[in-house]
Amino acid sequence: MKISGAEIFIECLKKEGVKHIFGYPGGVVLNIFDALHDEKDLQLILTRHEQGAVHAADGYARASGKAGVVLVTSGPGATNTVTGIATASMDSIPLVVFSGQVPTLLIGNDAFQEADIVGITRPCTKYNYLVKDVQDLARIIKEAFYIATTGRPGPVLIDLPKDVTSGKAEFVWPESVSMATYKPTYEGNRYMINQAAHMLAKAKKPVIVAGGGVIASGASKELKELAEYADVPVTMTLMGLGCFPGSHRLSLGMPGMHGTYYANRAIQESDLLVAVGMRFDDRVTGKISAFAPNAKIVHIDIDPTSIRKNVRVDVPIVGDVKRVLSVMNKVLKEEVKDQWQEVRKAWTKQIDAWRKERPLTYDRTTDTIKPQYVVEKIYELTKGDAIIATEVGQNQMWASQFYRYDKPRTLLSSGGLGTMGYGMPAAIGAQFAFPNKLVIDIAGDGSIQMNIQELATAVLNKLPIKVAILNNRYLGMVRQWQELFFQERYAHTKLDETVPDFVKIAEAYNAVGLRATKKSEVEPVLKEAFSIKRPVMMDFVVDWREKVYPMVPAGAAIDEMLFAEDEKKSEKKLKAVK
Amino acid sequence: MRHTISVLVENKFGVLSRVSGLFSGRGYNIESLSVGETIDPNVSVMTIVTSGDDWIIEQITKQLNKLIDVIKVVDMTELDHVEREMVLIKVAPRSEDKAEVLRLAEIFRGRVVDSSPKTYTIEMTGDEKKIAAIVELLRPMGIKEFVRTGKIAIAREGIKKA
Repeated sequence: MKISGAEIFIECLKKEGVKHIFGYPGGVVLNIFDALHDEKDLQLILTRHEQGAVHAADGYARASGKAGVVLVTSGPGATNTVTGIATASMDSIPLVVFSGQVPTLLIGNDAFQEADIVGITRPCTKYNYLVKDVQDLARIIKEAFYIATTGRPGPVLIDLPKDVTSGKAEFVWPESVSMATYKPTYEGNRYMINQAAHMLAKAKKPVIVAGGGVIASGASKELKELAEYADVPVTMTLMGLGCFPGSHRLSLGMPGMHGTYYANRAIQESDLLVAVGMRFDDRVTGKISAFAPNAKIVHIDIDPTSIRKNVRVDVPIVGDVKRVLSVMNKVLKEEVKDQWQEVRKAWTKQIDAWRKERPLTYDRTTDTIKPQYVVEKIYELTKGDAIIATEVGQNQMWASQFYRYDKPRTLLSSGGLGTMGYGMPAAIGAQFAFPNKLVIDIAGDGSIQMNIQELATAVLNKLPIKVAILNNRYLGMVRQWQELFFQERYAHTKLDETVPDFVKIAEAYNAVGLRATKKSEVEPVLKEAFSIKRPVMMDFVVDWREKVYPMVPAGAAIDEMLFAEDEKKSEKKLKAVK
Repeated sequence: MRHTISVLVENKFGVLSRVSGLFSGRGYNIESLSVGETIDPNVSVMTIVTSGDDWIIEQITKQLNKLIDVIKVVDMTELDHVEREMVLIKVAPRSEDKAEVLRLAEIFRGRVVDSSPKTYTIEMTGDEKKIAAIVELLRPMGIKEFVRTGKIAIAREGIKKA
């Protein structure tokens, strides 16, 4: 029996186990929306902007590990997804985005709401398709999910002309995918793994740098086993936070521009870096030529292009992190007889000294609200058992520094692209994946306004997400750069009088709005918010002067850090850097 | 250093754009590019001449391999291989140079494929050096138009550089 393209679409998604689609209707996707109308097993979540739909699907994917699914219309609907797709692409998040397209005969005619979305998204998708024949639809959808979720995951876009969704074909579901040209390497080279294991055993000052690949690969258990067995400290990139317990004795927290003193010092002094599922982003390495000058580098990554892209690598291992680490653990336990405990003692002692010398800190004596205090209180009250989404900027860095992520998939943050407005829709997506979990978006007053319309999505779907706005009336991170590097000339970063009343906004959307202006009000506000089973927006009026420290100025080596406690001394350092 | 990279790709729309986008998106330059079907009409081969240090060439080949429509990438520069390019040169010599133009075409095993009262069009194939040589020799005679196909390359059988 022949069924329509729209019906094939629905059957395919069901076969893929999809439960939620985030989307927004429009002219050329009406066939699909109409077919979805009576569908009980597939829920379409109407966002208030297509960008919000993609971020929500992305948050859903990061929290659950499953591919997020988006459905939007052609033209502006499709172009509005671009930022969301690029966000997912930079952070290797599996998404399948369906965009409507004008009928095939009109493609290229500058038809109403036509955009060459396949051309536009080519550089920010892992792959994309224009479906020209309804007969190909099922195979393409199957391939799209396969490509999005395997190898190094990423977003895939499928462009669906209107006549393809109305056209009819037999529904044939391909049970498996075989693509001659796409075969990711999963098994690491055994010789290289052996070599890495022996180097690790002999190293006097090893450090593991773990990234988002550990989470994508589901390798937290193997990583913990390796770190504990070989007694190696672990630092986690922003994308990697949670892949190794942040409260573990071996955790060094985050490295890089706003990383901990001890993580950066450990990297710089190390004689062996084991980089696992990370790609040496410039926010991690600082000045490349001065990065880990004494270290041999072992780099494990499923994407060969990540290896030797930014830094020299001594032992490259292309493969799935989980499989490589489990082989490495086996090799260490069975074949390597070295006794590293003795040679590492001095290293452990050194790292502990660094921890004590410069812990992450801020002024705890004030009556004004320090943003770090809010994050710390959130951690304390939730006991770390929450899913945290962040926006981008200072809020993101404080959320990374002062909350300890013990489990993978508990921090949702736009790392690579740094997309303001990501957090709240991502929290919405995560709440759909985990209806009973506490999901909190740690936001700034600038970022939250970039997708504030999604509050309506949360209210409509009765999602109890919490938004904690660290409201400093500035685009804080840019202001921080202006203070430090542009002689306090705050060009276009002061929002001040134009910051809306977030409590009233929340109420206008029929959500709950709460505000704290004094330190003593922070805890009661958080407690009240957590007790309400509805969306709550909290406005924490924080000290606008607060900056994110430590800070490595752009272009400096990662051990050339500035600290809050010696701002005066920093000025000299800054001059030197300039 | 200059590299000639041979890329086997699926013969479908959008592939050229993915490959060229890979270069443009990273600021790498394509010096020449030629595309054509192979014996299998579903597969095309692109011959790309590009230059860069070892790091850049390594990234280019890895990135090409990563593209889903790419079947195989061979850096010909690492192999013993034959490279050819075809040129069409329209020369407008003075009457006293006409004989010399024809003589040069013969020496370089070129063919005159079109002639008019004032011009000869010479077709010639060869490697880079040979083409550069005939261009230098014909230049004083007055080259009016010059088109080239871009390089194509094929590996020699059996002999690989160590």
